[in-house]
Amino acid sequence: MELKPLHIVNAQLVDGDTPRAGSLLVAGGRIAALDPTDIPEGAETVDAKGQWLAPGIIDLGVFATDKPAFHFGGITRAALMPDNGPLDGAGLVERAAKGGKPDLWVHPLAAATKGLEGRELAEIGLMKQAGARAIATGRSRIADSGVMRRVLSYAASLGLVTIIHAEDEGLTAGAVATDGEMATRLGLASAPAVAEAMAIARDLALVEETGAPVHFRQVTTARGLDLIRAAKAKGLPVLCGITPAHLLLSDTAIGDFRTFARLSPPLRSEDDRQACLAAVADGTIDVLASGHDPRGPEDKRLPFAEALPGMAGAETLLALGLGLVRDGHISPGRLFDLLAATPACLLGVDAGRLAVGQEADLILVDADTPWQVDAKKMAAWAGNTPFDGMPVQGRATMMWKGGLRIR
Amino acid sequence: MTSSTIRPASDYPPGGDAFRHRHLTGIAQLTPWEISYVLDAAEEWVDLNRSGAAKHDDRLAGLTIINAFFENSTRTLLSFEIAGKRLGADVVNMHAAQSSVKKGETLIDTAMTLNAMRADAIVIRHASSGAVQLIADKVDCPVLNAGDGRHEHPTQALLDALTIRRRKGRVEGLTIAICGDVLHSRVARSNILALTLLGNEVRIVAPPTLTPPAMERMHVTTFTDMDEGIKDADVVMMLRLQNERMDGAYLPSAREYHALYGLTPKRLEQAKPDAIVMHPGPMNRGVEIDSSIADDADRSTITEQVEMGVAVRMACLDILTRRQRGVPGWN
Repeated sequence: MELKPLHIVNAQLVDGDTPRAGSLLVAGGRIAALDPTDIPEGAETVDAKGQWLAPGIIDLGVFATDKPAFHFGGITRAALMPDNGPLDGAGLVERAAKGGKPDLWVHPLAAATKGLEGRELAEIGLMKQAGARAIATGRSRIADSGVMRRVLSYAASLGLVTIIHAEDEGLTAGAVATDGEMATRLGLASAPAVAEAMAIARDLALVEETGAPVHFRQVTTARGLDLIRAAKAKGLPVLCGITPAHLLLSDTAIGDFRTFARLSPPLRSEDDRQACLAAVADGTIDVLASGHDPRGPEDKRLPFAEALPGMAGAETLLALGLGLVRDGHISPGRLFDLLAATPACLLGVDAGRLAVGQEADLILVDADTPWQVDAKKMAAWAGNTPFDGMPVQGRATMMWKGGLRIR
Repeated sequence: MTSSTIRPASDYPPGGDAFRHRHLTGIAQLTPWEISYVLDAAEEWVDLNRSGAAKHDDRLAGLTIINAFFENSTRTLLSFEIAGKRLGADVVNMHAAQSSVKKGETLIDTAMTLNAMRADAIVIRHASSGAVQLIADKVDCPVLNAGDGRHEHPTQALLDALTIRRRKGRVEGLTIAICGDVLHSRVARSNILALTLLGNEVRIVAPPTLTPPAMERMHVTTFTDMDEGIKDADVVMMLRLQNERMDGAYLPSAREYHALYGLTPKRLEQAKPDAIVMHPGPMNRGVEIDSSIADDADRSTITEQVEMGVAVRMACLDILTRRQRGVPGWN
């Protein structure tokens, strides 16, 4: 396909801490120049009208290929968790990788163990050849420490990061909330928040032992974050992420048995939430992701403990991230490190930054226009957002994938 | 001593303002005066129930009450059924626990079905916390919670409060120890809410494995030592211990539980000499409570609680259907 060069002018480029006025040239599907002086003949010009021009969002760890939601949210690449399927064979991975064509990149995360059962190694090497960009333990962790150790060292030998869900299954068995006043008042089975730190502690010991790179997909407690902070100070190859829900909501959101706020890991105490905000600000948290997991009424319109966990997060990710900027927690540049640059690095793809030679996955962001989250009017195939009714600001107004306009 | 505790009607806001709820889903929604309003109304039904042959009032004649029990129950179901019938209502029982109705969208579907049958009140018991609220949000008639998971069992707390008030002459300023499996108990949660709200000192006495987290936020003190926990208590409220809790996961054995937490005559000496002993039933004699205490009519209020249960449920059914019945002031 012959693509005309693209010249985006009058933009605020997000290529440093603060957006700056500038323009950008795309040729051959890649970023050819920032602030170009030489514009090729026949280039298409797009006037950004002063909006932010940023790298497309790379959403690390979604549970469904939900294109309308990703496009609404300015997400050009989605790293797909292995749970549906599960993605534990090369054929499945290959098919999943094609699931976004032509207007969305899908990067499958391979199941670390066969059937995600935590017992036998999956064919990680073959899945890598089929397009897997990392491996993941899925919605739960690998309980057997021996298996986990072998998974880590094997994946590391193939140059793949292991993406971990960190909750101790012994402590969380049957639990649907975090220990605290809310769970007690509602009469919900709950687990202590330390279940997360315990799981992280074990895996960090294995990282130290094997040298394998890992990413804890969601770290949501003060004690868990303290462990990550210490591991990073030691120089261990550790990254961690979070979703906006754990930054903006505490367990009071499950009051009245609101199943849209039933998440995994469950929402935490206000103290933990504050610790998460501090960890985003101080650089301990590396990735902000949506955890996109659309669930229809058959999974959510149930008594709380019978409902399945998960939220539709893709559409609100950017707006809630911009809220963190507006509230002074992070800079715009850091927001896009969390949303794009670090995920790209973890997945080993040439995207996620406004730099010459990168794939031209770009979004224009109107950072200020207010809108209201409405569970009944979502682009996602289910509206299970815990932010229903919340006023937010900012959205993606235009998108390109590899220089091709998709919105 | 009973009539002196009843407040005159002029003490309450007029008409429907005295009880501003369409449903009774939990004690958490109630104010102290609303609790006291229900207790006062129940006193009237205690008198009727004791009045000999004609224990009948027809104020709910023509109304249909459905008891939808998604979890097995004998005494609560029977109590609600008798309460409805004594008020003249047509009472239908649905034993969903024995049918194919288990969970899922079917719960809402079942609710919609009951609604379409134009029930005038629905009484629900369900094994999941929050299930009753879920149904209440979907139907047009009043819903009464007869127990949802570990969450609430409001009529039990109301009947317990009435029993205490009648025995002690008041249900405020008392020291009340709630003992046993608090973690899994909706009776405990509703009672903690009601009794603290009414101004009593509430203590929780339970093994640490059966104590819910964050109890201090519920305004109670927790004890793991039974003797210490019931010391100088006016009321010792025992909870039922389910057999499946004693298989090693939460407790080592029934006999160890009895040794550490069973209410024996010796142990009861720690409480005030005139302390009463309560139990929501059914009892495990010889495990959480000794027979000699359970059968001591001066101490034990167990049968009186059952009696108060019918009266309290009559009061709740009456109050919650006043809007449909067009009672003046209730619209």
